[in-house]
Amino acid sequence: MPTSLVEGNSLLTVDIGSVNTRAAYFDVVEGSYRFIAMGQARTTANPPTNNIIIGVQDAIRNLQNLTGKTLMDDEGRLVIPSQPDGTGVDHLATSVSAGSALKTVVVGLLPDVSLRSIESLAQTTYTRVVETLGMNDSRKMEEQVDAILRYSPDLIMIAGGTDGGATQSLQKLIEVIGLTSYLLPESKRPAILYAGNHALADDVEAALKNISSAVAICPNIRPSLELEDLAPAQSALAGLVMQIREQQMSQLHDVRYLSGGTLIPTAYALGRMVRFLARYFGSDKGVFNVDLGASALTTATSLSGDLNLSVFPQFGMGEPLSGLLRYTNLEEIERWVTVDIPKEALRDYLYQKSIYPANTPANAEELAIEQAIARHVMYLSMRAMTARFPGAFSGEGQFPQFEPIIASGSTITNAPTAGQKLLMLLDGLQPVGVTTIVLDQNNLLPMLGVAAEQNNLMPVQVLDSGALSYLAKVICPVGNTAYGTPILNLKLIQEDGMTSETETKMGALQMLPVPSGRMARLQLRPIGRTDVGLGPGKGMEVEIVGSPLGVVVDARGRPLKLPTEGGARRDLLKKWLSRVGG
Amino acid sequence: MPAQVVHILPVTTIVRKRLLPVDGQIIVKENQKVSASDSIAEAITGRKHVIIDVASQLKLSPKKAEPFIKVKRGQKVAKGDIVAESGGLLAQEITTPASGRVVVLGGGKIVLETGGSQVELKAGLSGTVTAIIPNRGVIIRAVGSLIQGVWGNNRVDTGVMISLLDKPEDTLEASRMDVSLRGAILLAGHVAEASVIKAAGDLPVRGLILSSISPNAINAAAQANFPVLVLEGFGKRPLSPTLFKLLTTNVKREVSILADMDRQSGQRPELVISLPLSQEPPEPRDDEAFAPGQTVRICWLTRPAQTGTLTQLRPGISTLPNGVSAPAADVRLENGEQILVPLNNLEVLG
Repeated sequence: MPTSLVEGNSLLTVDIGSVNTRAAYFDVVEGSYRFIAMGQARTTANPPTNNIIIGVQDAIRNLQNLTGKTLMDDEGRLVIPSQPDGTGVDHLATSVSAGSALKTVVVGLLPDVSLRSIESLAQTTYTRVVETLGMNDSRKMEEQVDAILRYSPDLIMIAGGTDGGATQSLQKLIEVIGLTSYLLPESKRPAILYAGNHALADDVEAALKNISSAVAICPNIRPSLELEDLAPAQSALAGLVMQIREQQMSQLHDVRYLSGGTLIPTAYALGRMVRFLARYFGSDKGVFNVDLGASALTTATSLSGDLNLSVFPQFGMGEPLSGLLRYTNLEEIERWVTVDIPKEALRDYLYQKSIYPANTPANAEELAIEQAIARHVMYLSMRAMTARFPGAFSGEGQFPQFEPIIASGSTITNAPTAGQKLLMLLDGLQPVGVTTIVLDQNNLLPMLGVAAEQNNLMPVQVLDSGALSYLAKVICPVGNTAYGTPILNLKLIQEDGMTSETETKMGALQMLPVPSGRMARLQLRPIGRTDVGLGPGKGMEVEIVGSPLGVVVDARGRPLKLPTEGGARRDLLKKWLSRVGG
Repeated sequence: MPAQVVHILPVTTIVRKRLLPVDGQIIVKENQKVSASDSIAEAITGRKHVIIDVASQLKLSPKKAEPFIKVKRGQKVAKGDIVAESGGLLAQEITTPASGRVVVLGGGKIVLETGGSQVELKAGLSGTVTAIIPNRGVIIRAVGSLIQGVWGNNRVDTGVMISLLDKPEDTLEASRMDVSLRGAILLAGHVAEASVIKAAGDLPVRGLILSSISPNAINAAAQANFPVLVLEGFGKRPLSPTLFKLLTTNVKREVSILADMDRQSGQRPELVISLPLSQEPPEPRDDEAFAPGQTVRICWLTRPAQTGTLTQLRPGISTLPNGVSAPAADVRLENGEQILVPLNNLEVLG
């Protein structure tokens, strides 16, 4: 495993998503690693091709066209390692998020303890919990068995019992799982993850290994009642998910072989990078990442060294949209639409997009609807995060302060203007205090996360080279003040010494330009009890790195309130957009 | 770039795998000719399980209870049969609470598989069985028109197609359906209300072919016990001129709706119109790359789909009129207008 520049190996990373497959090439330029280019193609896991390799080859071919470098031979085989004539690449690393959410059964003892933890673990990857089995389940054993058989699950995740505690209750549940798995046809047997009382681990492995597609035994996620430790189990779960995907997409075997065994779920790779980014940015607030994908929305936060990774398949921007109204209503989405359309048209859009998940918004109306949905699913995911991690997301449901907030996903990064990108994030996440909005324009973070498995120096150097793009420094003051009341005085000091002073009123959305490549300082002097992140009335000075939108002051209030009347609401949304450059 | 291909073909050879949902028995042979309504396989689904805890009832440990179990794995038992019997002066008999088959023996327990209902798999299309997939199904080869849709309710049936469609943009009202349509497959336009699906079920019809359906009628369609095939999508969407012509010229023919859909396997819901041809036409191609000259369907999300001819693939990334950048192609519409369309929004018709 190369860890120094002396070896200077080139690396190709491939991310196989549900809609797109991307291939990124990294190599050493002037002594350090750089992101060179990315090729993209449509994922070919589904018909007509049913072969993910085609999409991978297309993405690499597009990459070859961009770079002029030959990576594959005439028959489409990747040349590994690189050859003296300059063709090929030294290493391949691959991440995968393609495929339907895995039908998952979670098993635990107490609802608020092990069951809650195992559900949290399930939500760190691409699962859909279809059945829950706990100690208080009043169903007969045969009813439990038949309930699970009905779903023919891909994955069963078991937790329960503290290390050194009683085992009898958990054994009964494991007996149900063993019987169910035995009754399923061999080709449909689930993979099983055990993360419960360590005393039972050997027995579980012996009892289940021959009647399941795979078994992973990992450390107890609740070693004591007070302690939850998901991290070791996350790694085991990532491995198990890939084993299931390899059974579903047989060509992944070849990809794993070429990748030297490095094949991990995209969300897991992203989580690894977000944990790393908290150290990289030296953030004392924690780092937040949102990836708005077609099959799932993934959020990752790193707070005080703890990673909170959540995959929301129900909030994906593609196929899951037909089920979105189970979690919200049309009025909630409609309030973000900037064009006048009937509610029914919005509902029809959700369903039509679910059958054409790869469609690109091709006219102004489609773009307006797509961006409205993006805002609302981000908002819904934040609410779900608040419920899932009450410790981290305290404060009346407000978004906690993070630095920076990093966003990816084509709905955001492919939006036509920087203002549209920023407003989607501000409206959807509704951050408070002072933060930096950063775009992962090429969705490189999961690729760097998977690359880190083979080369732990490369992610640092690639980030240093500017792989992420700063969109804006955002100031979101919070206060209980009437609309139009002055709440904040700002003094912007450019690096050439030029200063400008501005007053912010409640309800305003202002932009203070600091062009890319420039630096500045911004003094914030709250009026009254306005809070910019340090507490009511406390001011601060922040360093500003120039970016397309410079500094944006979002004093629209939290939570954002919109006019109920449609015309007035749309006018306001358009006005806000014009305030950030259109 | 590989293109999504959708088949709308007046004449073609259709090869389809027809599978049971669970293992079962195949009741046709290779090379046998079948009609669409013929049963080709059967199986039992929805079985339940009964666990008889012998050890607990005999108040013995599982190991000590096992010698008293009198049945073997795979054995069929009737309700009331003795399945375990302890010896000694105070012998105790354990009988089955239901008839079924012993599927598991172990840990001092007997597990019976009971109940369930028989399902039969219909051929779904008239043709020849070309291969048997042991315990699961068959492959059938047929000749006819093939029309693929976008949504189906996973049911299959065959019948004579009757049209209630005067114009491509018609909406089907419940009042249009009367007893003369009983047992037919109805070609209709848009369905806006669940009550229309219910009215069709009350007749009953053998199937519905719709241009589009409102999302508020989807649950009713999904639960209907006859196949529902949607050709254009959700919300009011007229039938394309190509489909309107192809379908309305085949009225009163026997048609099969195979409304099975599975996005993962790529199975699209479809309609097959059997045609008595002596020569087999070529099979359709499923894998195509985008190329100039192709007939393509532009799949809009907020307006009806359009058909046109791909005239030019733009190199690299193009900027659309709404500012979004994407790989795109120029398409000449049927009215002669030329527009720029993202490749992601195109399906090749063929």
